[in-house]
Amino acid sequence: MNPISFLTQMLRIAVPYLFAASGGVIAERSGIISLELEGLMLTGAFSATLGSHYSGSPWIGLLSGILGGLVFGLIHAVAAIRYRADQVVVGIAINLLAIGVTRFFLKLAFASSSNSPRITGFSGSPAAHGFDNPLLWMGLLAAPVLAFFIYRTPFGLRIRAVGEHPEAASSVGISVNRVRYIAVAISGMLAALGGVFLALDQHQFTDQMTSGRGFIAVAAVIFGRWDPIRAALACLLFAAAETLQIQLQGNHVIASQFVEMIPYALTIVALAGVVGRAVPPAALGKTGE
Amino acid sequence: MNARTKEQLEEALFPPLVALLVALICGDLLIISYGQSPAMVYKLLLEGTWGNAYGFGQVLYKATTLMFTGLAVSLGIRAGLFNVGAESQLAAGGFLAALVGLGLSPAIPGIIAVPLCMIAAAAGGGFVGAIPGWLKVRFGAHEVIVTIMLNFIILALLNWIIAAHLHVPETLHTPEIRTGAMPRLESVIGAFHGSAANFTILIALLTAAVVGLYLFRSRRGFELRAVGLQPDAAEYGGVSVGGVWFRALTVSGAIAGLGGINYVLGYKHYYEEGFAGGSGYLGIAVALVGRNHPVGVVLAALFFATLSQGGLAIHAFVPKQMVEVLQGVVILAVAMSVPEVRAVLRRGRKPVTA
Repeated sequence: MNPISFLTQMLRIAVPYLFAASGGVIAERSGIISLELEGLMLTGAFSATLGSHYSGSPWIGLLSGILGGLVFGLIHAVAAIRYRADQVVVGIAINLLAIGVTRFFLKLAFASSSNSPRITGFSGSPAAHGFDNPLLWMGLLAAPVLAFFIYRTPFGLRIRAVGEHPEAASSVGISVNRVRYIAVAISGMLAALGGVFLALDQHQFTDQMTSGRGFIAVAAVIFGRWDPIRAALACLLFAAAETLQIQLQGNHVIASQFVEMIPYALTIVALAGVVGRAVPPAALGKTGE
Repeated sequence: MNARTKEQLEEALFPPLVALLVALICGDLLIISYGQSPAMVYKLLLEGTWGNAYGFGQVLYKATTLMFTGLAVSLGIRAGLFNVGAESQLAAGGFLAALVGLGLSPAIPGIIAVPLCMIAAAAGGGFVGAIPGWLKVRFGAHEVIVTIMLNFIILALLNWIIAAHLHVPETLHTPEIRTGAMPRLESVIGAFHGSAANFTILIALLTAAVVGLYLFRSRRGFELRAVGLQPDAAEYGGVSVGGVWFRALTVSGAIAGLGGINYVLGYKHYYEEGFAGGSGYLGIAVALVGRNHPVGVVLAALFFATLSQGGLAIHAFVPKQMVEVLQGVVILAVAMSVPEVRAVLRRGRKPVTA
């Protein structure tokens, strides 16, 4: 096995997870359950495709992808915060909505029910092995930057405060809802970037192209115990397992279905507390009362 | 009707009505964006579903699976639990029903084979439901995450079994079951000719009735609802909360699993990879819109089945994907209006003195 090709393939697989898991961490640390990462990624991928297709520039695609994620993130925020809707239901609704909306507008914009035409991505030279793609670096930097933001800035402290103890945060003058709106908005944009990377990397949008990656990111958030760095390491671990499976495919060492199970099985093990209990932020999901 | 019942009905009925209105408006916008007339498209949608026997048969068929998954989710919610695993429970149920149907001798008549397949389906779904139940009671693992993760694990496992051991070459499905087929409705009512509607719908309605009796007329059901409303108070009142949780998730899984017979025994007569096709997730929508009441669930299942079949009827004019958008809109609108309606209605009421 060639280590360079292993590394590049692993990073390509990991980048969407890294973005989406970072988005999940920031929303959940503020107390809002984030099951809609899949939908946010899908929206991001489709909006990026629209942007890149109509402008010819991947940068415009990137911006419109972020915008798409922001819109869906805000829908989630308004439903969960303003209307105190059940956050699990809202997350699932947004996932369904994202599939429907992207399919409908795929048909409307490109008259296809399967894929968009070829779009411009950040295509670099083959010698660079994809390392000249700015999104790759953004993905790798997302978690460290987020960790700094959450643990070392005043606003990060507020996010953690409203996620652990909203009453206490409120009593010292923090607007709990405002902090949560901002956290969920950032979450929408971050998760969308995962989809943007996918669409620009594959030079097109295909129906349901995120194919469960958002749920792997959810798994990474929990397996990483709601910490940006540990969640990112979980993403890299899951990506490494997938890469290993792809590179060993010819050998029939292990069926691909069992490799697919790894992230989910590890997450259940983490939740059951077999090796270090995964404890969520104290106020997670509790905007209903 | 006394005042209390009226209040409860208002709280239950307003959110779905609000959601329907919102969905109609969104639908209008989507149809207009495609350059068509909303009135014409809605008329087509109704004609293609409730307007002819074939379309209506398809609605009944699709509603049948949704009744099972909707009942499964709503039973969990009544116990204060969110079962997001109906998708894989449905698949596991269908898979075991197919296994039994394949394993039994063709000489065994349907009257014996069908119940055996049904037991297998319920057992398969029940087993998948029992896992999050056990993990919650034993380790406190949150059932939402566990059921989501289990969906992927169970579906991957079933896919592997089919791909490695059981599929008919060049397909993703098992061979046809040798016995245990559920008769189609067309065998009694000729007008349903060609539609997949089958007698599983009677099992679904019966299940709805049993769930209703269990929830509202049995001691166990009372305990279940008590735990759902206020687990600490129920525990204080002598109810074993852990036992109720485990039982609720197992029964919920069994109901979803039983839904697998609609496709396997009633329609295709084999298990196929991906046959659940989102019906488990849509069960959440059905439970929500049906307000977790068996009667509501049956009606909501018919509503969502109408939308899904209606999408095919309008496809020549507006992409059928429109109904997927509307499904999402309905769920969001109900979820958003439930707390809102409750707050508005309660604001207008005088406080009840004890």
